[in-house]
Amino acid sequence: MNVGQSMTRMDGRLKVMGQAKYAAEFAVPDAVHAILVQSTIAAGTVEGFDLQQAKDMPGVLAIITPDNALKLQMGKKPQQVVVHPLLQDHEVLYNGQHIAVVVAITLQQAQAAASAVKVRYRTDEAVTSMDMVLKSAYEPKQFANGEAKADSRKGDPETAMATAAAKVDATYITPIEHHNPMESHVTIARWDGDRLTVWTATQGISGAHRTLSTLFGIDPGNVTVICPFVGGGFGSKGNTWPPATLAAMAAKMVGRPVKLELTRPQMFTSNGYRPRTIQHVQLAADADGRLVAMRHDGLTQMSMPKLGEFAEPVGMATRMLYASPNIGTSHRLVGVNQGLPTYMRGPGEASGVFALESAMDELAVALKLDPIELRLRNYTDVDSTEGKPFASKSLRECYRQGAEAFGWQKRNPEPSSMRDGRTLIGWGMATSTYPTRRMPASAVVRLMADGSAVVLSGTQDIGTGTYTTMAQVAGDEVGLSADRVRAELGDSRLPSAPISGGSMTTASVLPAVQMAARQARSRLIALAASQNEGWRNVPETSYQLRDGVISCEAGQASVASVLAQADQPYVEGRDDAKLSEEARKYSAHSFGAQFAEVRIDPDLRTIKVSRWVGAFDCGRLINAKTGRSQLIGGIVFGMGMALFEETRVDEASGRIVNANIAEYLMPVNADVPEIQTIVVDAPDNITTPMGVKGIGELPMVGAAPAIANAVFHATGVRVRDLPIRLDKILA
Amino acid sequence: MQNFTLVRSAPGTRPEAGSMFIAGGTDLLQLMKNDVVKPNRLVDIGKLDMRDIGTSPEGLRLGALASMAEVAANEQVRTGWPAIAEALLLSASPQIRNMGSIGGNLLQRTRCNYFRDTGFACNKREPGSGCPAIVGENRDLAVFGVSDNCIATHPSDVPVVLMALDANVHIVSAAGNNRDVRLSEFYRLPGDTPEIETILQPGDMIVAITVPNSEAARKSTYVKVRDRTSYAFALVSAAVGLDIADGRIREARIALGGVAPMPWRLTQVEAALRGQVPGDALFADATRHLAEGARVGTQNGFKIELAQRTVTRALQTLTA
Repeated sequence: MNVGQSMTRMDGRLKVMGQAKYAAEFAVPDAVHAILVQSTIAAGTVEGFDLQQAKDMPGVLAIITPDNALKLQMGKKPQQVVVHPLLQDHEVLYNGQHIAVVVAITLQQAQAAASAVKVRYRTDEAVTSMDMVLKSAYEPKQFANGEAKADSRKGDPETAMATAAAKVDATYITPIEHHNPMESHVTIARWDGDRLTVWTATQGISGAHRTLSTLFGIDPGNVTVICPFVGGGFGSKGNTWPPATLAAMAAKMVGRPVKLELTRPQMFTSNGYRPRTIQHVQLAADADGRLVAMRHDGLTQMSMPKLGEFAEPVGMATRMLYASPNIGTSHRLVGVNQGLPTYMRGPGEASGVFALESAMDELAVALKLDPIELRLRNYTDVDSTEGKPFASKSLRECYRQGAEAFGWQKRNPEPSSMRDGRTLIGWGMATSTYPTRRMPASAVVRLMADGSAVVLSGTQDIGTGTYTTMAQVAGDEVGLSADRVRAELGDSRLPSAPISGGSMTTASVLPAVQMAARQARSRLIALAASQNEGWRNVPETSYQLRDGVISCEAGQASVASVLAQADQPYVEGRDDAKLSEEARKYSAHSFGAQFAEVRIDPDLRTIKVSRWVGAFDCGRLINAKTGRSQLIGGIVFGMGMALFEETRVDEASGRIVNANIAEYLMPVNADVPEIQTIVVDAPDNITTPMGVKGIGELPMVGAAPAIANAVFHATGVRVRDLPIRLDKILA
Repeated sequence: MQNFTLVRSAPGTRPEAGSMFIAGGTDLLQLMKNDVVKPNRLVDIGKLDMRDIGTSPEGLRLGALASMAEVAANEQVRTGWPAIAEALLLSASPQIRNMGSIGGNLLQRTRCNYFRDTGFACNKREPGSGCPAIVGENRDLAVFGVSDNCIATHPSDVPVVLMALDANVHIVSAAGNNRDVRLSEFYRLPGDTPEIETILQPGDMIVAITVPNSEAARKSTYVKVRDRTSYAFALVSAAVGLDIADGRIREARIALGGVAPMPWRLTQVEAALRGQVPGDALFADATRHLAEGARVGTQNGFKIELAQRTVTRALQTLTA
């Protein structure tokens, strides 16, 4: 068996040897370089450009502005296609918006010329902070991709709240955060007549394919998108953002392949971000700690509506997580002059569960109840708002195993009561949850003459180990160890698969791989049976396929001989898999319990996370090793959210101030303690036949409130706005 | 980045007018890539013979090209001037410390984000264009020595120690003349000319830094407070040296980092400590003087309280 083992990722060696070819590394002959020019005002109109100096600089091939840009097909765009800013008009809606593209022979020539482009603006008054315009909040048109409504209401939370024994009523704020993957966004675009090929860093080759064919008005069959490796995305490479389209536009206009790579500062204004949220949470409980009412009202900072729409679904976890007869949630948007926000690891839940689980901790303090006990008293086996049973839920086990590993029972609940010398120690916990998603996906498996197999799907490996898990699953079905199976992905000519986001790649792609492999096996056996007189009546289940040899009671044959006799290079199975109708009767989620220990200097108030236990109900792990890597990676991401990450905006200009990774802080190794992860044994056999649930976002969720709750336990100071920096607990 | 000519300097050569020196390049390359600094001509002095580290009865001499890593690892530095080694090891990353020169570290430009992004106005980068930082995102910026034109902080660590320990800077001019300048006279506050940061004239080159021998240097420490555990600039840092005899503080040397356009010497706190018996009550009383002359913005007021606690921590560490 390959599945369930702890396997080193198959592409790991290539990566550490520098041999894994990322989008930027394809040597496309004759490629020239493009650099984006971006606005320095937040609102207004480009009145004109002074381009003479830049045009005269060495190597410059073209300067593309709204005055000469190729007109794109903006009319009938499918959902999820980002169409601004693509130089189709002169309007400026945020500081850092693309307003021109300079193309030159070398990168350095393009950079130098780009800084010589002079822009004349007519400046309008900008809205640079959502706090200025909270009253203009509006309801999203398309909430959660149309899968849910912006508001929910069960019972009568307001009335129930009025008479409750204990109540928490607080506002929590999360800042703008940027994904900052190591690999910048980059696209190399080449036209061969009407045919477009792009090598691009993306979490969704299928989306890039759709976006480019739509915007350029060309037959989808004439677009090829290639992306064999992704150097991190975290949501920023989910949409196909304008720079990819601008690279293709530039290539068409100069008649040569064009490479467009974003600089690190441009990564702050070109590919979305986690928007600032202001969340009002009200929890009310009876004297026994039972939640009699919950309200969670979230405001998301949005761009100006012309750029698109994104609502951070902060209240979704509040709708389902705890038993309560009265639950209300709402989501509203506040438009400012910033770029379009987007998904960032744990969208909705990361921000929303910070608010909910901080409030639960506050309620536990008010009730003088242990935080885990409060959660157990409100445990539910059905989705609290939808009323559906959970497809699987072992959260109780997560609390139990996590608490035991952490030593939670030794916690003194009194704030500032636990010390090591003078150092303050805080222990905090929080629940984690994230929806299990599955989208239609296709795969092909081929059994080759040399006894090996090839598995193909147009998915992406965003660093999570998809190459390896595809080979593991296919190998098990056709009797091969995973290293005898070659996985191919990252090419739009392969069978279609969804975006690698929402923690759904494994649950979507692997069922298709499994069924395609079974079909290939059946076809091979049928072929072998047709070639052997004595095998005709042997039922399929009586055959063995192992290491390239088919055997049954009547004899055996190698795959090579069967294929040779049939004069075929391989036998192939194909499957198009999707969620069953039966599964829709259930509410499917992953769960977890996060436990954090912080150590705080009593004078300088520096905060250090010193211990971590995360216990997760994330379904069956296909690969224990890469699975654990995702869990610890997500927890570290959550530490960043809790303590470090914050994009700061200059209020006068609407321009991002810390658009670099020296001043936009993320955790470094010295900030991260040893992390203990526990995976409770709980497959979800309703959502997928192999018991898989989502894992990518889950470990990020709940990490920030576990730390916030630990900081409260250490200091008695409740910080309700992230990140928690020492100046917020200095007093 | 703009086009420039790179000249590799041989020992004994002199810079030409309009040129700029590059040694480790750990800061200059960032500034050039961001079009913040646009030299026409860059003179690489990295191969000049100025890497010496040595002591004499007068004190410590650091050749300007000695790397941050070499100075931090030097045994004489670690015993005679421990705060220098501590400050260096709390700076940057191992890779940067291998490249960064000790002379260049004196000249690291401010990390003020408004200065480093040409999309903002900045009086330091473009005199007279304005300072949006004063009313903007100023959490990381200066509370001492500021003007209406600039609130940038000096970002380096080791100059804070050098300031506390009365270091001298040895300079050779384009004409070949040598002169020594006390570090306390080396930097200039922004006033109306924030673009001028030091007394260096065009063509001047730092060749060495000397630090006197002292009891306070031998009993010195550096405390750095920052937003993450490693690889971050100081919110506040303190270099403190104490000369204690017969149970009393004979001499105290204190400077702050992260709070001013230059390493900020706290002579009034030093005076309040002199002649006194060390202890928490004295430290609390003395560090109260620290706030004198401060001018805080909307977000950086916490630096005063934090600086008091940081100096106190350093004093406690040295007297524990």
